[in-house]
Amino acid sequence: MTELLTGRDLYKSFGLTEALRGACIGVRSGEIVAVMGPSGCGKSTLLHCLAGILRPDAGEVHFAGQRIDHLPDLQRARLRRTTFGFVFQFGQLVPELPVIENIALPLRLAGQNRRTAVAAADAWLHRLDLDGLGARLPGELSGGQGQRVALARALVANPRIVFADEPTGSLDSFAADQMMELLVDAARVQGTSVIVVTHEARVAAHADRTVLIRDGVHELQVGAA
Amino acid sequence: MTVSYALLALLEGAARHGYDLKQSYDRRFAATKPIQFGQVYRTLAQLVRAGRAEVLGVEAGAGPDRKRYAITAEGVTDLDAWLSEPEQPQPLLQSVLFTKVVLALMSGRPAQRFLGAQRATHLAAMKRLTRARRSASSTQDVLLADFQLFHIEADLRWIDHTESRLAALAEEVRDDRAADRP
Repeated sequence: MTELLTGRDLYKSFGLTEALRGACIGVRSGEIVAVMGPSGCGKSTLLHCLAGILRPDAGEVHFAGQRIDHLPDLQRARLRRTTFGFVFQFGQLVPELPVIENIALPLRLAGQNRRTAVAAADAWLHRLDLDGLGARLPGELSGGQGQRVALARALVANPRIVFADEPTGSLDSFAADQMMELLVDAARVQGTSVIVVTHEARVAAHADRTVLIRDGVHELQVGAA
Repeated sequence: MTVSYALLALLEGAARHGYDLKQSYDRRFAATKPIQFGQVYRTLAQLVRAGRAEVLGVEAGAGPDRKRYAITAEGVTDLDAWLSEPEQPQPLLQSVLFTKVVLALMSGRPAQRFLGAQRATHLAAMKRLTRARRSASSTQDVLLADFQLFHIEADLRWIDHTESRLAALAEEVRDDRAADRP
């Protein structure tokens, strides 16, 4: 199967610190890949380069057959908004907006009218076990609920791929398992690819394949035996 | 040891035949390796000899053993004491990993390669267990998988930790080896 997303020989430095030193990775359509490694190994930088948030100093990123790392900022921003979904460690929900509006946000930014966007968001409340929480503000949610809202927001626009950066980093093990099960189930149903960065083996175990990063390069790949 | 207490606990619910006990034991505790009938009957005989269980009667019917067993008051006391007693941690696998790392360093073999291979094996095992956990039909099966996952995860943390201190360990092992020489 051809790769949906490919990073080849990626290099990225911040001042004198080399975060990536020739990292390579590929994600197939519908595949769930974990990127794992110790703190400071470059795994988040790799994710940001793949998602078009950062531009690598050298190397190439291809998405759906198109090279995207050298696209102008505006085009990369559009790609992120329309085709990619994101989940971060602390949700990064808009604190002033109720849950339902937070989930609907990607659809509103893509130009959908409020009614359609909210209806789509409402369906996700039920899918992610968030019934009855639509009117709450993010500050009124538990950590696990907040991350599930972030997951709903990442998936509501039916992205081709979801980038998740330590999505369970702020959760206890029970909430983390629940979050990963929902992420995997939803991705499977939608055929969405997922690339999840984590330092936790227990989280990575939910993925089809795990890529270990060490000192800015890929070291080892582990699939389910 | 654990089997005898498990059988006592199952008997505490109701008097039962050996066959029923095996079925109940397997359903709860033997996901991968069912207990043998022979072990069930041997254990029951030991419990009866020790006064912790008794035979209520022998019933006619098919099968090799139609004895009905019940727990005794002494058995209940013993079970209660066992359940109240904390277990000592048993880091058995970890000590094997530790020994392999030290022996690799002592013999000039690449300990890092061993740790890397062990990490890959552990990660693959975690993926298998996570899949099994997702398809588990009961909370008991989920928690059994969780138990194994957390232990493997602890090993992995030790592997990462050791790898980051491998140079210091190699130096120590070299010094020890020099001191060992006649």
